[in-house]
Amino acid sequence: MNKLTITKAKTGLKNKDFSAVGLTKACLDEIKKTEPKLNAFVTITENEALEQARNADKILNNSTIEQLNNYPLLGIPIALKDNFSTKGIRTTASSKLLEEYIPPYDATVVKKLKDAGAIILGKTNMDAWAHGSSTETSDYGATKNPWNTNHLPGGSSGGSAASVAANQCIAAIGSETAGSIRQPASWCGVIGLKPTYGRVSRYGVIAMGSSLDSPGPITKTVEDSALILEVLAGVDEKDATTSPKEVSQYSKNLNKDVKGLKIGISNDYFIKGIDKEVEESIKTAIKKFESLGAKIEDIKLFDPKYAIDVYTIIQRSEVSSNLARYDGIRYGKDRDSFEEEAKRRIMFGTYALSSGYYDQYYNKAQQVRTVIIKDFEKAFEKVDIIIAPTSPSLALPVGATKDASMFGEIADVLVEPSSIAGLSGINIPIGFSKSGLPIGMQIIGPQFSEQLVLSSAHQYEINTQNENWKKLEPKL
Amino acid sequence: MKINISHIAKLANLSLLPEEKSKLEKQLEETIDYVKELNQVDTKDIEPTSQVTGLENITREDTAKPSLSQDEALANAKSKHNGFFKVNAIFKENE
Repeated sequence: MNKLTITKAKTGLKNKDFSAVGLTKACLDEIKKTEPKLNAFVTITENEALEQARNADKILNNSTIEQLNNYPLLGIPIALKDNFSTKGIRTTASSKLLEEYIPPYDATVVKKLKDAGAIILGKTNMDAWAHGSSTETSDYGATKNPWNTNHLPGGSSGGSAASVAANQCIAAIGSETAGSIRQPASWCGVIGLKPTYGRVSRYGVIAMGSSLDSPGPITKTVEDSALILEVLAGVDEKDATTSPKEVSQYSKNLNKDVKGLKIGISNDYFIKGIDKEVEESIKTAIKKFESLGAKIEDIKLFDPKYAIDVYTIIQRSEVSSNLARYDGIRYGKDRDSFEEEAKRRIMFGTYALSSGYYDQYYNKAQQVRTVIIKDFEKAFEKVDIIIAPTSPSLALPVGATKDASMFGEIADVLVEPSSIAGLSGINIPIGFSKSGLPIGMQIIGPQFSEQLVLSSAHQYEINTQNENWKKLEPKL
Repeated sequence: MKINISHIAKLANLSLLPEEKSKLEKQLEETIDYVKELNQVDTKDIEPTSQVTGLENITREDTAKPSLSQDEALANAKSKHNGFFKVNAIFKENE
């Protein structure tokens, strides 16, 4: 049961093939079985999850079909990245500083999930404070990649991506500042949607880079991603950056075929040093789109290498400001509890924002940010979506981040430009390497083009569903 | 480029051990060198972007609504006194 998608689990619950308690227990059993190898969770909330599941079963048994429509995720066990505040459940952002922090309120994302009837299995591991792309900088030990536990799951939402890939849950929630949903989804072979900045509320998410942070779903299918986005998206008076734009019924509009869809491909994203198998797989996937009637156009994009610099400066500056609040007075331990990666980022950000350097670094980066935004605007005058590799590499081996002082920023080179521009994007698995590691492709769309990004990804997914690699499962 | 690591640590309110200082100093210099390639991008007359939403002046009515109780707000504080956060003295008493 724990292997089910949201769509299938919903059908099973509705037809009384199984109960929400049964489904939740199946997930909890899988978690217990595989956690010693994976370490995908920081906190497992078994008792709360079973209580929520009993409530879900009550609603399931006592409601009309119309009433059930108010609970689009009723009885669905979900894993939450540990940077979403959960009332009464400790929220650490995988840092020791917040080891004992128990938030007195729910993040808006959490409230929306609960209101939709979802069951929260626990809080997933991440790079501490989301500072990384490996989940190796967690203060609670690295998460391992379910496809090969000698490899990393990516990050920072590595626990969520690994948990979905290992079928410990039906779906999970992550957050992306620049790559933290799409890159671990790529390395773990699952779907990861990074919504447009402002589409999903940041209220109650432990802040990292406030002008970039975007919560989003990590799922087994594109349809599941659309289902969760429908629940999470929308304006929130507690986050002034959320957009008042109407939220589409994303899951009901996935069957738009790609005939005539203009897809941009940029050579600039097949960077020097890219893994050859990744490159070949993406090119094959592009041919698939072409065979489905899409028009492929070569486009020129601003060299993504500059996005590393822009992102490093903006993110570390915003980190130094956001982490200034941790003084050990209101909550959390004092500043001596920051580990190496957090200190490194705070120090650089403090330097970049310090007197005399602001123009040279932060302001310069914000100007180049404008250049990147304009560059995408120009590209989207010619094409509807852009396709590129999500990550230039396969999942790297455990230990890869050691002494690499800019590991995360450099690993995420292909997802940073679209994050900096606040665009929407998705990772979708397209196959495996000979070594058995997943390969991911990203689809990037303009701001608020989630519907198009999702329907394009869905069309690719359903037209490749009979490929042999789809039958593979992690062996744990 | 030489940076004053002790000054930055003071601004960041981080107390660093000597070995942390020398390691961070080296890494900060590396990162500063790395991001220098941004100078290759011509940004003459380009406005900086500080946010991408296009929204401006988002406000709400300034009305009191139910919020955290005093107990809830204090629940995670290590040090409190009579329903307040207790902090170290900031001012010195004149002797």
